[in-house]
Amino acid sequence: MRVSAGLPSTIPGCRGDLIIEWARRAEEGPFSSVAALDRVVYDSYDPFIALSAAAAATSRVRLATNVAIGPLRNTTLLARSAASLHALSGGRLTLGLAIGARQEDYEAADVSYTNRGRRFVEQLSDLRDIWDEARIGPPVGDLGAPELMIGGTSDATFARVARYASGYMHGGGPPRAFARAADKARAAWQDLGRPGMPLLWGQGYVALGGDEAVEAGARYLRDYYAFTGPFVEKIVEGLLTTPQAVAQFLRGYADAGCDEVALFTTAPSLDELDRLADVVSGLSTVEARP
Amino acid sequence: MRITILGGGPAGLYCGLLLKKANPAHAVRIVERNAPDATYGWGVVFSDRTLAAFQEADYKSYRAITSRFVSWDAIDTWYRGELARCGGHVFAGLARKTLLGLLQQRCRELGVALEFEAEVASLEALGDADLLIAADGVNSLARRTHESTFKPSLTLGKAKYIWFGADKVLDAFTFIFKESESGLFQVHSYPFSGETSTFIVECAEDVWLRAGLDQASEEESIAYCERLFADELRGARLLSNNSKWISFATLKCARWRAGNVVLLGDAAHTAHFSIGSGTKLAMEDAIALANAIEQYPDLERALSEYELARRPVVEVFQAAAAESQAYFENVRRYTSLPPSQFVFNLLTRSKRITYDDLRLRDPRFIAWVDYASAALANPLRMEREAPYHAALQVVPPPAFTGYKLAGMRPANRIAARLEDADGWEGAARTGAALAVTSPIAISADARIGPCDTRVDTPEYAEAWGIALRRLAGVGTRVCATLSHAGRRGAAYSPAQGAGIPDRPLREGAWPLVSASPIPYTPKSQAPREVDRDGMRAIRDDFARVARTADELGFDMLMLHMAHGYLLASFLSPLSNQRGDEYGGSPENRMRYPLTVFEAVREVWPQEKPLGVALNCHDGVRGGLTLDDAVTIARALKERGCDLIQPLAGQTIPDAELPYGKGFLTPLSERIRTEVGVATLAGGYLTTTNEANTILAGGRADLALMSPLDATAAKG
Repeated sequence: MRVSAGLPSTIPGCRGDLIIEWARRAEEGPFSSVAALDRVVYDSYDPFIALSAAAAATSRVRLATNVAIGPLRNTTLLARSAASLHALSGGRLTLGLAIGARQEDYEAADVSYTNRGRRFVEQLSDLRDIWDEARIGPPVGDLGAPELMIGGTSDATFARVARYASGYMHGGGPPRAFARAADKARAAWQDLGRPGMPLLWGQGYVALGGDEAVEAGARYLRDYYAFTGPFVEKIVEGLLTTPQAVAQFLRGYADAGCDEVALFTTAPSLDELDRLADVVSGLSTVEARP
Repeated sequence: MRITILGGGPAGLYCGLLLKKANPAHAVRIVERNAPDATYGWGVVFSDRTLAAFQEADYKSYRAITSRFVSWDAIDTWYRGELARCGGHVFAGLARKTLLGLLQQRCRELGVALEFEAEVASLEALGDADLLIAADGVNSLARRTHESTFKPSLTLGKAKYIWFGADKVLDAFTFIFKESESGLFQVHSYPFSGETSTFIVECAEDVWLRAGLDQASEEESIAYCERLFADELRGARLLSNNSKWISFATLKCARWRAGNVVLLGDAAHTAHFSIGSGTKLAMEDAIALANAIEQYPDLERALSEYELARRPVVEVFQAAAAESQAYFENVRRYTSLPPSQFVFNLLTRSKRITYDDLRLRDPRFIAWVDYASAALANPLRMEREAPYHAALQVVPPPAFTGYKLAGMRPANRIAARLEDADGWEGAARTGAALAVTSPIAISADARIGPCDTRVDTPEYAEAWGIALRRLAGVGTRVCATLSHAGRRGAAYSPAQGAGIPDRPLREGAWPLVSASPIPYTPKSQAPREVDRDGMRAIRDDFARVARTADELGFDMLMLHMAHGYLLASFLSPLSNQRGDEYGGSPENRMRYPLTVFEAVREVWPQEKPLGVALNCHDGVRGGLTLDDAVTIARALKERGCDLIQPLAGQTIPDAELPYGKGFLTPLSERIRTEVGVATLAGGYLTTTNEANTILAGGRADLALMSPLDATAAKG
C-alpha cells in the first residue's frame, strides 16, 4: 500500500509557500503522492492551483485531487485544467471527482445543486472524450489520460466507478467502513466486466503533536465538517493521534485491499508532516519506495 | 433538573431509575396510564449483549432481572410435521409483568416518583419540567403533539398476527409452519416464566380472510388456533391477552427530539417482532439517554448525542427486522424447499448469520444440513429428503458436494469465470468444477468489441479445443456463454484504452442492431431495429454456433439474455419499443428470446445442460422487474432450460444496483424457490462461507466465485 501526504491547502492560515515546501518534503519522504481537498466557501486554496505549485517543486510524487467537486466546474475547462496539470507534471495527475455534499459551494459558484448527479455522469463521459480528441488543452499523448477516480457513498457512485473511472476514493472512516465500500466497488467493477480490480484510495486525519495538536485538530475538523451536523463528532473520533493509531489504521486499510491512503494533518505545520513521515516510513504495510 | 417521563413501560422505568441513580438531585417523575400490575404482552427477550449493557448500567436491577430469567439456547422449527433443532443461540426472557415489577421496585428504592392510573389528555396537563421523556409507546401522545418536528412515518406489514400466551413450558424458541385448509400459518413461540410461553400466530392476509378470522371473536380465534396447532400444543391452552389480529406497524421518525421533548423506545421506533428486539432497543435507548444526560450538562447537546448514538444502532435493527418481516410475509415461497434448506434459510434470513456461525453454534445441526445437501445431490436419489434424525456421518459441506444438471455431473458446486481460451490454466487452478466463459460472440457482427472471443473461426476453435481438453483433464466442466451484443456492440474491448465499457469504436465499427433503434449511450452508434430476416439469421447463428460448441466439446451452454445485449434488449420495455408482435406486452417481448432458446434447445444435446443468463431487474423505474423475470424464467423452464444465472442492470447505462457482496443472491433465491429451476448465483462471492450459506439455504445450486482483491485477481 502507498501513503499520500495531504496538502495543508484547506487548513485556515496555511501560507502559500508552505504548500510548496510541503510538496518538497513529501517528495523526499515515504509518500507516493500529495493530495488536495476541494472547498469553495472556506479559507482554502484551489486544488488545481495548489497541485500545480506542488508539481513544479517535485518530479516523483503523483498529484491527486481527493476529491474535487466535479459538477461545480464547467466540464471543458475542468478537462483543460486537468490535462494542463497532467502534461506539465509529466503525467502525474490522479483526478478524484465527486458531487460533494455542500449546497453552499454550489450556491457560491452559481451552479445548480439539483440534478448534479445527472450532470456529473455527463461530465465523466465528456472528460474522456475531450482528452481523447486533444482539441482542447495540451494533448496528453503518450502520457495517457489522467487517472480518473470517483468518490461518494450512494449506490450510483459504485456504478459510476465501474463505468467511467479507474477506481474509488473513500471519504474516510474506520477500516471496516472502507472494507464495505471496497466490496461495493469491486462488485460493481466485476459486474461491468472490467478486467482486474478498481484502484482503491482511503483517507484519514492525523494530529501527532501531543494534546495541543489534538485539540487544535479537533477544532479544525469541527469547523471544516460543521456542515455534517452532529456527525462531525464521529469524524473527530476518527482523528489519529498516536503513531500506534496511524499504524493500525494503515494496517486495517492494507488488509482491506486499499492501494493508497491519503493522510491529512490537521495543522499547517511542517513538524506535523515530519512526524507523519517518521511513522509511515517505519511501517511494513507501506511500500518503501513508492 | 426536573424530569417528567411519560409512560411507565420498561424504557420509561429504566431511564427513570438510571437518571435518579446517576444524580439523586434530579426530580424524576414517571406518569403511567395503567395500574402498576396491569400489562400488555407476555414475555420479553434479551440477548447476552443487552444483558452485558444492563450489568454495566445498574447492577442491582441486572441481578433482579437475571434471577428471574428463563434462558434457552435452541431454536426449534416444525416444518412439514417434523422437528429440526438448532442450538447455540443464547436467549433469555422473562415475563414483562415481572420485569415491570422489579423496575418499579428499583425506582421506588431510588426515590423516583411513580404515578399510576394517570390518564394524560395533553402534554400541558403534565405540568412544567426541564425535560420530558416520551416513553409512551407506539401511539405516543408526545410524538403526536409534535408531529411536524418528529415527522413520523408508519408502514403497515402485509401479514396478520395475533399475540397469545400458552400455558406450556418450552425448552426452545419455537417456530411452527403449518398448512391449514385455508393456507399457511406460522407461529413464533418462546418461554418466559417457566410456566407459560408467548405464542404469536401469523399468516398472510388472504389466508386470514379465507379462514374467516376477520369475523372471529377472540374466543373463536383461540379455538381456531388451538385446533390448528393441537399436535404442537399437546393439550396446552392458549391464553387471551385482549388479543386481536393486527398488522405490524413499523415506525420511523425523522427526529427524536423537539425542544425539551425526547422520544424513547417504541415512541421513536418499532421493529418487527420476529427478531424480538422491541424491549431490548427501548431499554438500550434508556441507557444511552441517561448516559448522555449525565455526560453533557448542556441538555440540547445531551439529547443530540443520545440520538446520534442510538439512531444508527436502531436503523441496523430496523433493517434486519424488515428483512425478517419480508421473509415471513413471503414464506409461502420457501415452502418448496426441502426441510434442511427451509430451516437453514429461516435461520440465516437476516443475512447476519452464516453457515460458519451455525457450524460453531451447533455442529450437529450443520452435520444434518451437510448430510441432507449431499443426499439431495445424490444422483441415485436414494434419499430425497434426509430427516433431521437421519443417521449422520461426516460429509463435505454443501459447496463441495456434487450435483447433476441434465446429464452433467460436476464434482462440486463452485463455478469460476473463464475469460477466454488462454485463461484455462487459471480456471483449472481454482478447482472449480465448472468454468463459465465470458460472452462468446455468435458472429463477427455480434461482438461487443474487437477482442471478443469466438468459437466459430479456425483459430478460436483450435484454442478452445486445447483449453477444453486441459480442463477436462482436471475434471472441470466448461459452460460456453453465447451472446449477441446488440446495441452494446462495436465498442472498445476491456483490454483496449482505459478499459472503460461502451466506448464506441472510432474506427472499424460495424453496424448494430437491437430490438428498437435506441442508442445505448448518447454517444453510441444508433442501432437499426432488427427486422424479421435479421431475427431469423441471428436465431440461426445461435443454433449454428451451439452446434459448433457441442462439437468442440463444451459441456454446457448458456444464452446471454441480460445486461442490455440483443436478446435482453427484447425483454426490457426500456429498450424494446417495437410495434409488432415482438414488442409491447411482456409476452410479446419474450417471444423472440424464447424462439432463439427453442432453436438452440433443438440442436443442443439433451444430456448437456442449457442455461440462460437472465436479467432479473433493470435497476431503473419503468424497467424489467423481478416479477417479470419470474414469468420469463418459467417460460424458459417449460422449454427445457436447465439453469438460470440471475443478473441485473446494465439495460441502460446509469441504473442503480445495491452493489456489494452477494448482491445477486436475493434474485437467485426468488427465481429458484418460485420457478423451481436450478440457479447459478454470482454477484461478487469470495468465500466458501458465502457459498455454503447460499447453497445450504436453497438460494442457489451453484456459486460463481470471484477473486478476493487485486492481488488475487492477478493470480
